[in-house]
Amino acid sequence: MRVALFVTCVNDLLYPDTGRAVVTLLERLGVEVDFPAAQTCCGQPQFNTGYRHETEPLVRRYADAFDGYDYVVTPSGSCAAMVRDNYPRIAERAAAEGRDDGLAAAAAAAVPKTYELTEFLVDVLEVTDVGAYFPHTVTYHPSCHGLRMLGLGERPRKLLQAVKGLELRELDGAEECCGFGGTFAVKNPDVSLAMGHDKVRHALDTGATILCGADNSCLVHLDGILRRNHAPLHTLHLAEILASTEQHPYQPTTTGATR
Amino acid sequence: MSGTYLGLPSFPDAAHTSTHDTQLRANLTHATHTIRTKRATAINELPDWPQLRTAGAAIKDHTLHHLDHYLLQLETAVTNAGGTVHWATDADEANRITTHIIHTTGETEVVKVKSMATQETGLNEALHTAGIHAYETDLAELIVQLAHDKPSHILVPAIHKNRTEIRDIFHNEMAHWGRPAPDHLTDNPTDLAEAARLHLREKFLRTKIGISGANFMIAETGTLVVVESEGNGRMCLTLPDTLISIVGIEKIIPTFQDLEVFLQTLPRSSTAERMNPYTTMWTGTTTHDGPKNFHLILLDNGRTDTLADTTGRQALRCIRCSACLNVCPVYERAGGHAYGSPYPGPIGAILTPQLRGTTTPLDASLPYASTLCGACYDVCPVAINIPEILVHLRERVVQGGPVTVRGTRTTIKPAKGHAAERAAMRAGRWTLDHPTAWSATQRMAGATRRLHPRRLPLPGPAKAWSDARDLPEVPAQGFRAWWQQREKDTQRGKGEQK
Repeated sequence: MRVALFVTCVNDLLYPDTGRAVVTLLERLGVEVDFPAAQTCCGQPQFNTGYRHETEPLVRRYADAFDGYDYVVTPSGSCAAMVRDNYPRIAERAAAEGRDDGLAAAAAAAVPKTYELTEFLVDVLEVTDVGAYFPHTVTYHPSCHGLRMLGLGERPRKLLQAVKGLELRELDGAEECCGFGGTFAVKNPDVSLAMGHDKVRHALDTGATILCGADNSCLVHLDGILRRNHAPLHTLHLAEILASTEQHPYQPTTTGATR
Repeated sequence: MSGTYLGLPSFPDAAHTSTHDTQLRANLTHATHTIRTKRATAINELPDWPQLRTAGAAIKDHTLHHLDHYLLQLETAVTNAGGTVHWATDADEANRITTHIIHTTGETEVVKVKSMATQETGLNEALHTAGIHAYETDLAELIVQLAHDKPSHILVPAIHKNRTEIRDIFHNEMAHWGRPAPDHLTDNPTDLAEAARLHLREKFLRTKIGISGANFMIAETGTLVVVESEGNGRMCLTLPDTLISIVGIEKIIPTFQDLEVFLQTLPRSSTAERMNPYTTMWTGTTTHDGPKNFHLILLDNGRTDTLADTTGRQALRCIRCSACLNVCPVYERAGGHAYGSPYPGPIGAILTPQLRGTTTPLDASLPYASTLCGACYDVCPVAINIPEILVHLRERVVQGGPVTVRGTRTTIKPAKGHAAERAAMRAGRWTLDHPTAWSATQRMAGATRRLHPRRLPLPGPAKAWSDARDLPEVPAQGFRAWWQQREKDTQRGKGEQK
């Protein structure tokens, strides 16, 4: 089984701890992980803002970078959904406009092997107890694209519930969007913040010390609000919780500061 | 479309005001969450909901593919039943035809059934200019009309008002329009409903002309259908001598049996009711109870242009249930007026820019009035992929491209004000298509991390972010660099072992 990590541009640049956690976790579960250096970004920021043409080279890049792997695992439901939901659409439109040049084949190759992390763990590796230890109170925000476009369902919660020492607190209005929405956060800052503030308030109401998600793009927005308000709650990617064990507990190492 | 909403600011500007209106936010959150919860319960009662949803979409798609056929069939059926069919290319034409019909009768007053089509054409304002008084009879539309306000929701037009505000509106305004509100009116819902009932009854009995839209038009029989909760619509549809129905051409379905699907999905999606209290159907004219004269005005107003767009045409399946509004987190915070159109919320964000075009700053901003969270697509009873159309329309805004305007294929230019963004997107894409450049960007970000502020005073997107959110700290070492380091260490480790 040849497994590649698609770390995503956000994690590559801002949250390397998440990528390291995925590597640690998968290796602990006996999976040999590779990181093809030719990978960059799935193209979602461009595509969702209306720059479909700018996305086409990134579709091709993705397919080329992960050519030859059985699985591509990514710690982002949003990026996985971009590949699975939109790559075929982008290829189809390019062909209709006379610019296929193998894009349909590239999309067709990329789609079936792309897995969001919790899907890969539960569906492919068939584990829910990954042997993690994390003695904290945690509340979980399911990101929209993972929730609705991928249909992740109970997978992330099942994984969290199996973590030793972890107390999972229910989040009110969990399935509501946090208000990030990519460029929405800056194009409609007032609505974005109104949504973010409500999400943060619900998270604080749980009394948990960690707000966990499976998509750092939502967390960058929520974390920005929490920090600006000096709120006693930290955001953390699910992978970092699952990578934590009694022997090697979670420790942020790259920034030396809280997220 | 109507002049009513023109001159409003773009969505982000309008939303800036509404998101800071705490009373509005509280009214909307309470109302949308209540109906959202009830709707979910009503849907869960039906084990065949997914099949009904697919069937609804299929019936609508089939009809839209053969729209020419079914519209002609409908015209024949309506004419054979004693009605007169008029075709209106746009809002002005629909209003002109309506005004002409009313002038011919010599009447100066009309009662109206709640209708989105006449909101869209701005009929009330056109009639006012022609010296005709149009009275809204739907309770919420009445409130909005008395308040000189605009509707802010498809189904619950006065959702932004609470009952104390409504009491004051009735108290201050009813006397100017007909029977005054009773003295010492309270804000008790029963008292408010009674005041409206007395005020409206006088109008139902006096007025000779009724104006309606329709939820459905059945091609095979020429029957029109209105579903409603109050019965005020039925009064307007049966009491006056003349009935004028102004209906968008996409409201057609082929057969009576097709109603079976929508009479299950529409009430549950809209009011969370198993069945709507009043379903009124009318076919042409009648010698018994009902109109002696019937005029059907078929409204295009951008619909055939929308139909020409293979992605955007899904929007014409819409049955105006408003489930997408009630579930939308953006609508909940921004309110209906921010959309500057009779169609607010997710459906408004895709329908309005297709019907009106994307040339004004407001219309160009509507496709961006969404986080693409997908909740609207999940609840839509005719499975309109709203996020897909939003992204499609964003492309039209920033890149321009082929569109159909009044039946003619043309290529439009990008909307103004996107040059800097386009340049940034291109530069970003170039960097991301060159891993060496991407890697260098990352190294530079890491090396200069001590200089990065947590908030930025500069204008532009960075400020829009950092006005109320901290920027994330850039780590000293990105993932890529860490991986390369680890690979090197592993190789060295292997070397030492040898």
